[in-house]
Amino acid sequence: MANVISDETIEYVGILAKLELSEAEKERAKKDMGEMLDYIDKLNELDTSEVEPMSHVFPVNNVFREDEVTNGDGREKTLANAPARKEDTFEVPKTIV
Amino acid sequence: MKQYETVIGLEVHVELATKTKIFCGCSTAFGGAENSHTCPVCTGMPGSLPVLNKKVVEYAVAVGLATNCTITQNCKFDRKNYFYPDNPQNYQISQLYLPICRNGGIEIETEEGGKKTVGIHEIHMEEDAGKLVHDEYGENSLVDFNRSGVPLIEIVSEPDMRSAEEVIAYLEKLRLIIQYLGASDCKLQEGSMRADVNLSIREVGTEEFGTRTEMKNLNSFKAIARAIEGERERQIDLLEAGEKVVQETRRWDDAKEYSYAMRSKEDAQDYRYFPEPDLVPVIISDEWLKEIKERQPELRTEKLERYKREFQIPDYDAGIITSNKHLADIFEETTAICNNPKKVSNWLMVETMRLLKEHEMEVEEIKFSPENLAKLIKLTDENQINSSVAKEVFEKIFDEDIDPEQYVEENGLRTVSDDGALRSTIEKVIAENPKSVEDYKSGKKKAIGFLVGQTMKAMQGKADPGMVNKILTELLQ
Repeated sequence: MANVISDETIEYVGILAKLELSEAEKERAKKDMGEMLDYIDKLNELDTSEVEPMSHVFPVNNVFREDEVTNGDGREKTLANAPARKEDTFEVPKTIV
Repeated sequence: MKQYETVIGLEVHVELATKTKIFCGCSTAFGGAENSHTCPVCTGMPGSLPVLNKKVVEYAVAVGLATNCTITQNCKFDRKNYFYPDNPQNYQISQLYLPICRNGGIEIETEEGGKKTVGIHEIHMEEDAGKLVHDEYGENSLVDFNRSGVPLIEIVSEPDMRSAEEVIAYLEKLRLIIQYLGASDCKLQEGSMRADVNLSIREVGTEEFGTRTEMKNLNSFKAIARAIEGERERQIDLLEAGEKVVQETRRWDDAKEYSYAMRSKEDAQDYRYFPEPDLVPVIISDEWLKEIKERQPELRTEKLERYKREFQIPDYDAGIITSNKHLADIFEETTAICNNPKKVSNWLMVETMRLLKEHEMEVEEIKFSPENLAKLIKLTDENQINSSVAKEVFEKIFDEDIDPEQYVEENGLRTVSDDGALRSTIEKVIAENPKSVEDYKSGKKKAIGFLVGQTMKAMQGKADPGMVNKILTELLQ
């Protein structure tokens, strides 16, 4: 494996992803990520400097909606998915803004 | 102490004035019951598909054109990944690689009276997040997703500003342009315009930029000016003490006049941006661009010139009236009805401004209708009421938008121009004030003023002062 993921990197990626990993999980994630980067390196061997990056799989563009209200009060349906509800809001663990 | 220069760039978020959200048909109306304006798309339910609101593209292009940007005719959306409870998808749909507008700029006037261009790096379209409030009575936070998916444009300036005054001048100019376009109401207090300030300092004469911080939570021009002063001082103190400025996001506390570190700034790569797979590219054809260009309303500078030309109102007056879109609209609508631009301008410039100041109100809060102001002007033009009664009636129009014709009728304020009635009152006034009559006859012409006053008083202010003067002069001969 050409790419070696450091302990600091896996720690930082864990913070960004809001994941707490055990030591064993960290080791496995380091190996997986290293292998992914190796594969990217392999893809990078191909010269794509003349190729326009693809932004979408289908050759479709300009799919729009008109600016008209089509949805009504979605409160109950939306809140049916709330793990915890307080009156008409989602209740979540205290978050500092 | 060394001399420092402040270098400021702004990120301005503006909520667009669309009826619906950027990717779904939910209403953007302000003040709905919590979570009533939500659907699977704007709450990030799996399997839901966003569809772009065409009006968002048109507003963004309109702002870009008015700020001299190049329009990216082949643009697309990207996904910005981050985790926060106000963001139910765990990503925000935004634009990183191909923002809709690039390389623009607007001209501002500097304190010294000169002109300066503030560059606009880019304008991109994105969606707003939900609103997070802290439960006063509990341990938890509460989320309302009504604002989630409301369309925003983010206008990113170049680091071209050097003082709080320049920042305010830039924001005022930008706000005026956007309001004129009708793309947003741009209310700082209500959050439909939000400015984040990126600030660094460097020694005067150096080329290299210092480390910058980003300040959030600035909801008035005054708060922005104070935050800039506060942050400049904080950074100078750090450097003078031999410490370093840390690149971070800070939250300005306007009451304490100090900013607090929120979080260390995540780098762009930490957001793991990638092309948004749920949306197709937006191609803005030459024809579409031309259509939007042709629809651009008249902006401030053009309007100002037209007012001077078409209505022959002075530069100064035209400047004040066009300094606010709402005021300019009232002016034009009233003038269209009564066809007396000079009088309309006078009511707006003098009495309206006086009452706004007295009530500590903003121009946007003016609620009287052009119809009623036009009726008032007609009443004065036809000498149906005199100028002091007109002022009194205008205050009523300003406060309650009353119908002046009806009000004048109901309160018997019509000017008495009946010669007989006036004449008998004046005769009585002359008889009751022999001293003033004596003074007038002995050459003190000013004494007539007192007699006019007495007559107006006797007529409860409803006489035509011109006629009173005329009859008095005649009778005193």
